[in-house]
Amino acid sequence: MIESKISPGVEASLTALAASLRGVTKSYDTGVMALGPLDLAVRKGEFISLLGPSGCGKSTALRIIAGLTAPSSGTVRVSRHEGEVQPGHGIGFVFQEPTLMPWTSARENVRLPLKLAGVPKAEARARADEALASVGLTDFADAYPRELSGGMKMRVSLARALVTDPDILLMDEPFAALDEITRFRLNNDLLALWRRLGKTIIFVTHSVFESVYLSQRVVVMTARPGRIQADLRVETAEPRGEEFRTSIAYADYCRRVSAALAPSYSGQSVL
Amino acid sequence: MSGQPVIAAGPSGAQRAVRFVLPVMVFAAGLVAWELVVRVKEIPPYVLPAPSAIFLTLINDWAVLSQSLAATLLTTLEGFVAASIGGIALALLFNRSKWVEYSLFPYAVILQVTPVIAIAPLLLIYLEQQTAVVVCAFIVAFFPVLSNTTLGLNSVDRNLAGLFQLYGASPQQALRFLKLPAALPYILGGLRIAGGLSLIGAVVAEIAAGTAGAGSGLAYRIAESGYRLNIPRMFAALLLLSLAGIVIYGLLALVSHLVLRRWHESALGKEN
Repeated sequence: MIESKISPGVEASLTALAASLRGVTKSYDTGVMALGPLDLAVRKGEFISLLGPSGCGKSTALRIIAGLTAPSSGTVRVSRHEGEVQPGHGIGFVFQEPTLMPWTSARENVRLPLKLAGVPKAEARARADEALASVGLTDFADAYPRELSGGMKMRVSLARALVTDPDILLMDEPFAALDEITRFRLNNDLLALWRRLGKTIIFVTHSVFESVYLSQRVVVMTARPGRIQADLRVETAEPRGEEFRTSIAYADYCRRVSAALAPSYSGQSVL
Repeated sequence: MSGQPVIAAGPSGAQRAVRFVLPVMVFAAGLVAWELVVRVKEIPPYVLPAPSAIFLTLINDWAVLSQSLAATLLTTLEGFVAASIGGIALALLFNRSKWVEYSLFPYAVILQVTPVIAIAPLLLIYLEQQTAVVVCAFIVAFFPVLSNTTLGLNSVDRNLAGLFQLYGASPQQALRFLKLPAALPYILGGLRIAGGLSLIGAVVAEIAAGTAGAGSGLAYRIAESGYRLNIPRMFAALLLLSLAGIVIYGLLALVSHLVLRRWHESALGKEN
């Protein structure tokens, strides 16, 4: 694993861990090993991507961190707000699909986590509107999901994940189903949000380019059972913008990440 | 938002008019032919009454017929309400506990597949007549509500269920905010079927009870008029039953449309 020096200034916030996995494995009832053993430490405020071929268990790893799936062995630690009442409150999760309730408005969808936590209605509405504003959807608060475009639905989903003000944002290939232009825009918006809010983001993707563009750290995973193949740091001048996407440094990082990914697809074909 | 129909009033409006006018014209032509045949061939009303005679009977016997209509509608409504509440409650219970579902579901099926016309005479022996008629309507109508609600409760999006789990939703919260809304289109579909079926159940029970003589519903009127060879009144009562069925279906379809129009595919226009 490649570890490099931490840039000054953000050092203090990086000392604590947001999430850590130790010897985590997941096997199905059939005995097939899906994941691990996996060791991963994510620092607070870090933007980290899990990159790997489909079926390598990266989504499973995310679900294990979220507590949606129990690991077969190993330990998972996730730091929480102090005085945490509701379990899972400190985690925001964005699924591959927008996963919105079609029977109610964008605002009500965003308000859901607060409603479930018993936050008073007026306060919850205000916070939902605030979250919608942070993803640029103020004018669409009363729209129903079917009236929104794919990118807008994803923004609503993002606003819902942010509304509880979680420490960690888990994103499971959130932009995979969107067209490239929409994806680029949402990439930039996500980076801006991350800089502004300082959340820890664990981002699962199967796109080399997306992982390098977004994250400070790219964790490349092997094919099933998913293990860590390489742990690469992407260091460039922040804030990143469109000029990074077209820079030589970006192409160089993409090449290195692709090289790390190569063993998992250049080997024996499973078909 | 963006997909508003621009030319909606044009061809689709005309098409809708045609779809409405054509069956009405067929109906009118049928009535005229019927009336002509009866008049030309001088068929006596106790064999086949002319439409005009049926219409006259409807007006002249309105006092009797309207009472019968009210009685049948009341039975239907009671059966429908019982079937709706019973079907939904049982489906919720099944959803709560697999053991209850495994234990009771076969009996719900047995109740459904046994012809109600064969159960009605037995019910009339053990129950008071009005109760027996309502129970018949319930037996016929509750199964579609039960099976549709069960289907709906099991059709919840897996990711949404995961989301509720992530945010620590209690079982009551998951039921109220996730399962019931997700099942709503299915429940409404079940209710739409149940509406027509409770009318059928009520009619079947009234006919079975007919010989007992205490009934006063429309089906009882039909049976009674048959014995008296009052054929025009049979037709008039039949007409009312048919109209009642159409109105019940239309009302439930309207409710379903109004409830689902903002989000469910079934209630959306094709242009979206």
